[in-house]
Amino acid sequence: MFSDLPILSVLIWLPIAGGCVSLWLGEERRESARMTALATSLITFIVSLPLFAGFARDSAAMQYVELRAWIETFNINYHLGVDGISMPLILLTTFMTTLVVIAGWDVIKKRASQYFAAFLIMEGLMNGVFAALDAMLFYVFWEAMLIPMFIIIGIWGGPRRVYATVKFFLYTFLGSVFMLVSLIYLYIKTGSYSIVDFQGHPLGLQTQIWIFLAFLFAFAVKVPMWPVHTWLPDAHVEAPTGGSVILAAIMLKMGGYGFLRFSLPITPDASRELDWLIIAVSLIAVVYIGLVALVQQDMKKLIAYSSIAHMGFVTLGFFIVYAVYSRTGSLASAALGLQGGMVQMISHGLISGALFLCVGVLYDRMHSRRIDDYGGVANTMPKFAAFMVLFSLANAGLPGTSGFVGEFLVILGSFQANPWFAFLAATTLVLGAAYTLWLVKRVIFGEVANDGVAALQDINAREFGLLGVLAVSVLLLGLWPAPLLDVMGPTLDQLLQQVSIGKLVP
Amino acid sequence: MDYRIPVLAPVAGEITVLTLTCVILIVDAFLSQRRRDITYMLALFTIVAAAFVTAFMTGENSQLTLNGHFVIDPLARVLKLVVLATTGLVFLYSRDYLSREGIYRGEFFALALFGMLGMMVMISAHSLLIVYLGLELLSLSLYALVAFNRDSGESAEAAMKYFVLGAIASGCLLYGMSILYGAAGTLDLETLSAKIADGETLSDLWVLVGLAFVLVGVAFKFGAVPFHMWLPDVYQGTPTPVTLFVGSAPKIAAFALAIRLLVDGLGSVSADWQSMLIVLSAASMALGNIVAIAQTNIKRMLAYSTISHVGFILMGILAASDDGYRAAMYYTISYVIMATAAFGMIILLSRRGFEADNIDDFKGLNKRSPWFAGMMLIVMFSMAGVPPFLGFYAKVAVIFAAVDASLTWLAVLSVVLSVIGAFYYLRVVKVMYFDEPVDELAVEGPSVLKLTLSFNGLLILGLGLFPNGLIAVCERVFG
Repeated sequence: MFSDLPILSVLIWLPIAGGCVSLWLGEERRESARMTALATSLITFIVSLPLFAGFARDSAAMQYVELRAWIETFNINYHLGVDGISMPLILLTTFMTTLVVIAGWDVIKKRASQYFAAFLIMEGLMNGVFAALDAMLFYVFWEAMLIPMFIIIGIWGGPRRVYATVKFFLYTFLGSVFMLVSLIYLYIKTGSYSIVDFQGHPLGLQTQIWIFLAFLFAFAVKVPMWPVHTWLPDAHVEAPTGGSVILAAIMLKMGGYGFLRFSLPITPDASRELDWLIIAVSLIAVVYIGLVALVQQDMKKLIAYSSIAHMGFVTLGFFIVYAVYSRTGSLASAALGLQGGMVQMISHGLISGALFLCVGVLYDRMHSRRIDDYGGVANTMPKFAAFMVLFSLANAGLPGTSGFVGEFLVILGSFQANPWFAFLAATTLVLGAAYTLWLVKRVIFGEVANDGVAALQDINAREFGLLGVLAVSVLLLGLWPAPLLDVMGPTLDQLLQQVSIGKLVP
Repeated sequence: MDYRIPVLAPVAGEITVLTLTCVILIVDAFLSQRRRDITYMLALFTIVAAAFVTAFMTGENSQLTLNGHFVIDPLARVLKLVVLATTGLVFLYSRDYLSREGIYRGEFFALALFGMLGMMVMISAHSLLIVYLGLELLSLSLYALVAFNRDSGESAEAAMKYFVLGAIASGCLLYGMSILYGAAGTLDLETLSAKIADGETLSDLWVLVGLAFVLVGVAFKFGAVPFHMWLPDVYQGTPTPVTLFVGSAPKIAAFALAIRLLVDGLGSVSADWQSMLIVLSAASMALGNIVAIAQTNIKRMLAYSTISHVGFILMGILAASDDGYRAAMYYTISYVIMATAAFGMIILLSRRGFEADNIDDFKGLNKRSPWFAGMMLIVMFSMAGVPPFLGFYAKVAVIFAAVDASLTWLAVLSVVLSVIGAFYYLRVVKVMYFDEPVDELAVEGPSVLKLTLSFNGLLILGLGLFPNGLIAVCERVFG
C-alpha cells in the first residue's frame, strides 16, 4: 500500500513541516508544539524503518531513487537515493532525533516551541544531506543545516554560547565554501551535478589534488580532524544537551560520509597520493587528542575530545585502504578499514550521544559539568551509574559493545598496512580506557563528595527509557554487527573497486 | 531630408510614466495634507499602468526607435519591470514612515517617479547620449531625494557629498563618452562596437582612454571601490525610505548602464575592461566585507555590504560571457529583493522620533516578534549566501561564471571574503536571537507594511526553494 511512497522525500520534508507547525504554534501553545515534535519525530523514525527492511542487500546501486528536475538552467536535479553507506546514517539520524526530542521534554523551559522546531528542521536537513545524489542539492542541505545549529547553540547554550556558535558557524562555513568552488569546477568539467557522474569522470592528478584538498578542508572541519578541531570542544561544551547529542552523533558523521561519497571516489588518485597526510593527521588525533582528553576538568569537554579521537579512527580506517591494497593486493583486507570506519561512525553516534545524555542528566540536576563537583554518584543514583559505566566502557572499546567492533576492524586493517600504524592506533584502547574510566572513577564511584550529590534523585522513567534504548542498541550492535555489515558490504566493495582502479586521464 | 514620425510603441512605458507624473505634480499642488493619500494612490497607479504597458504593449522582440537611440529588447523589458516593482515596493514601505515623520509630501513621489523614469531611459539606451540623459535624470532626482528631509543636517550633508562626488563622476563619464565619440565618430552603441572591432577608430589608445573614464562613471553608480565613498554617508544620512530607494532600484539601472556601455558599446575591448573590473571587483569585495564588520549602525553596515555585493555583480560582468551577464543580472535582482527587505525591516522597527538604525535596536527581536525576527534571519542568511535562500544561488551563478572564465582564483578569493562577510550578518542574527530585548514593546506597524515585508521575506525563501523561475527569466534575456 505504501510501496510507492517517496520515503526519502517524506524523511526530509515531514520533519521540516513538523518544525514549521511547531513554530506556528509558538510559545502560547508550547504543550501542543511539544506533542507535534514528538509525533513528527516518531512518525519520521517509523517511516525510516522500511528503508532498512526493504533494502536490497546484494546491490551496490542507489535505491529508493527519486529524480526530478529542479533548476533546469544549471542542470541541477532533485535527485535522492540511498546506498549501503547512507542508509544506516539516515536511520541513525531519525533514531537520535527522536531521543533528543524526548530528552528535551521537561528540561527546556525557554522558548520550547522554537527548540523543538529547530531540531525537527535539522533532522530533515540532515536526512537531505545523506540522501542527496545531486552535488548542489547536497550542498544546499549541508549548509542549511548550519542555521538551526547556530540558533540551537546560541539560544539554549551555556555561558560562552555566542562565542562558541559564531566560531562553529564560521569554521564550518569556511570549510564548505571551498567545496562549493570544487563542485562548480566539476560541473563545468562534466556538465552535470550528479555525484555519480562526478565519480565516473576522469581527471588529471594535479586537478584531483586541488579538488581533494578543497574537499578535505570541508570534511576535515566537520569531522573534525586535528588541527581544525578547535571549534568542537567549544561548541559541545556550550551547546544544550540535545545540541551536543546531534552534533556528536550525526553532524560529525557528515565529514566521514563526505570522504566516502566525495573524496575517495571522485579523487581516488589524489587520495592515494596524499593518504599519508590523512593517516598522519588521524594518528595525531588518536594519540594527541587522547592525551588532551585525559586532563580535562569538564565532562562535556572530555567527551568532546574523545569524539575527536574516535573520529580519527574513522578517517584512519578510510585512508589505510591504499596502503593495505598495495601491500597485500587483496581488496578483502582493504575492505576491513572501510568497514571498520563505517561501523565506528554508527557506533560512535550511539555511544557519544548516550554519554552526552548522561552528562545532561547530571547537569539538569546539579547545573555543573565540572568533574570536581561530583563524586560517589553511584550511591545516590545507582540505575544511572549502571548506564554511565556501560557507555563509558563502550566508549573505551570493551568487547561486546559496538565500540569494540569498529576499532578492532580498523586496527586489524591498519596492521596489514603498517604495524606501526596499528601500534599507534591501538594506543587509543589504552588512552580511551584511561580517560573514560578515570572519569567514571571520579564521578560515579567513591564516597559521596558533597551535599549536592547526596541530594541527587535517580533517573526517572523517561530518562531510563532513553538510556535503556541506547544501551540495547550499543550491545546489539556489539554482539551482532552482521546486519549492518551486510547492508554496507556491496556498496563498500564497489567503492573499493573504484578506488583501486583510479581515474587518471589516460 | 524627409522626416518620419518615429514608432512610439517601444517608448510607451516611459511616456506613461512621464505623463502620469506630470499629472501627479499638478494634482498634488491642489491637495491639502489630509488628502495626500490621493497622490500616493496615483503614484502606485502610475507604476501599475507603466508595468502593464511595458509588459504587454511594447511588442515582443528587439526593436529600435527614435532614430536608433532607443532600444527595447527582452533585457530592457525585464529590467524595467523589476525597477517598476521595486519602486512600487518602496512606496508601500514608505507611506507610513513619511507621514509619521511629517515628510509625507507629493515631492517624494514625483521625484522618485522621475528617478524611475531616468532608470527606464537608461535601461533602453542605445546611444551614448541617451545613456547620459537617463543617468542625469536619475541622479538629479536622487540628489534632491537625499536632501528631501530639509530640516535634517545629516541629510543635507549626505546630499552635498553625493552631489559633489556624483557630479565629478558624471563629468568623467561624459568626458569618456566624448573621447569615444571623437575616436569613433558615432554615438550609436552598436556602430561604436563595430567600428572598434574593425579598427576604424582614430586609435586604440583613445578608445582605451575613453573606456577608462566611462568605467569610472559606471563604478561610481555601482558604488564599487575606490568610488564608494559616497555610499555609507548617503545611506546613513537619508531618511530610511529614501535609503531604501537609493539602495535598491538604481542598482538595476547601474547594471543596465554597465551592460549597455561595456557590453553593447565596448564589447570589442572586453579584454581591457575585464582586467580593470577584476581590480574593482576584488577591492569591493574585500573592503566592503571587512569594513562592514566594524559598523554599529545597521544602515552603514548595509552600505558596506552593498559594496561587497557590487563586487560580486562585477565578478559576473567581468566574466564577459553570456553566463556571466546572466549571473550578474540574477545577482542584481536578488540583491535588490534582499535589500528592500532589509531596509523595510528598519522602517518597521522605527517609531515616531526613533530610528531603529543601530544594530543594537534589533536586540531580542525574537522575543518581541518571532515572525519578523524570522524574516530578518532569512534576509541576513540570504545576504551571507547560505542556502536555501535566494542569495546563495546568486553567488553560485556568479562563481560559476568566474570559474568558467578561468578565474578560479577570483572565485576562491570571493568565497573566502564572503565567509568574512558572514560574520557581520551573523551578528545581526545574534542580537536578534541571543540577546535580551531592551524593551518588550511589541512590533507594531500598519498591516500593509507588515504584509509587504512578509511577502518580501517569503519571496527570498520561495525563490530559494524554487529558483528555477527567476533563473529562467535571466536565461531568456541572455539566450
